[in-house]
Amino acid sequence: MHELSVSSAVVDTAVKHAAGRQVLLVSVRLGHLRQVVPDSLVFFFDLCARDTVCEGARLEYEVVAARLRCEPCEHEWGVTEPAFRCPLCDGARVVVVCGDELEVASIEVHQEEPACIV
Amino acid sequence: MHRVKVRVVEDALDANNTIARANRDDFDRNGVTVVNIMSAPGAGKTTLLERVLRDGVEGLRVGVLEGDVQGSLDADRLAHLHIPVTQLNTDSGFGGECHLDANMIRSALPTLPLADIDLLVVENVGNLVCPAEFRIGEDARMMVSSVAEGDDKPLKYPLMFRACELVVLNKMDLLPHVDFDVDRFRHFLDQVHPGVTVLETSARTGEGIEELRRWFASLPDRAVAPA
Ligand SMILES: [Zn+2]
Repeated sequence: MHELSVSSAVVDTAVKHAAGRQVLLVSVRLGHLRQVVPDSLVFFFDLCARDTVCEGARLEYEVVAARLRCEPCEHEWGVTEPAFRCPLCDGARVVVVCGDELEVASIEVHQEEPACIV
Repeated sequence: MHRVKVRVVEDALDANNTIARANRDDFDRNGVTVVNIMSAPGAGKTTLLERVLRDGVEGLRVGVLEGDVQGSLDADRLAHLHIPVTQLNTDSGFGGECHLDANMIRSALPTLPLADIDLLVVENVGNLVCPAEFRIGEDARMMVSSVAEGDDKPLKYPLMFRACELVVLNKMDLLPHVDFDVDRFRHFLDQVHPGVTVLETSARTGEGIEELRRWFASLPDRAVAPA
């Protein structure tokens, strides 16, 4: 279910940036904390892409490991489990440095004319 | 034909967040505070809501936007409260049934009696994953879990338990009959969302209802969650 919602948002984003051009490849960055199952995402991407310029495009993904930082003590560490208390000071004011990405990084499109070279 | 790479670097949920901000501006202009209520299916949020709103929230005119899939049933259950209840049609197609998004709320805006209410309570679709991803223009988010579910729910659905300002542990009256360890639940929750406020409630016995009503009443002054 989650992957369906996310795929749909990924397709919408790619379609917007494609500006009418046929999309061949969509590259996304998935933060570990977003709990997206990549295989499901690919499956639903194909489904959501139907009847759009993304139809037939390949979805490529990179999973971004999660890193947290404690604001008061400035300790920074990596997590694989959802544990958001600082292991040094036990503090709760912890921010996500990376790992909550759900980002469309780039797309590759077919273009009739070569890109303008000055 | 040429193959061209286009740099995008855009969060897939940006489009939704932009609309959510527009919703929030409209709510703010009308002086309406919005709370988004999320839960697992069957956590009892409609009954809880019914109980809390039955005697009113002090000083606030409340309206409900009902977005649950079994919505018409839920809306009927709230009808006797004599407050404005708006039914949202989530049948917007693909994936539109598992959560509310900013655009659905945007479409519903003209049907909401914004001039006549101070607090809009949005009952999101019962789902432990998708609603966490989609902001709707709310000021605060509340998550309802119940002791009829596992006490490790926070570990399994951290996105949801992190994306809220209040966690309500409902159906406390069932505690003697179920295998649920409140301390374990609170411990897991503290790992996932350190410091989050927790209320233990029972719509049946009335436990925690007054506290929840006070939390609702405090929302306009707090208006914390960024859109
Ligand atoms: Zn620390």
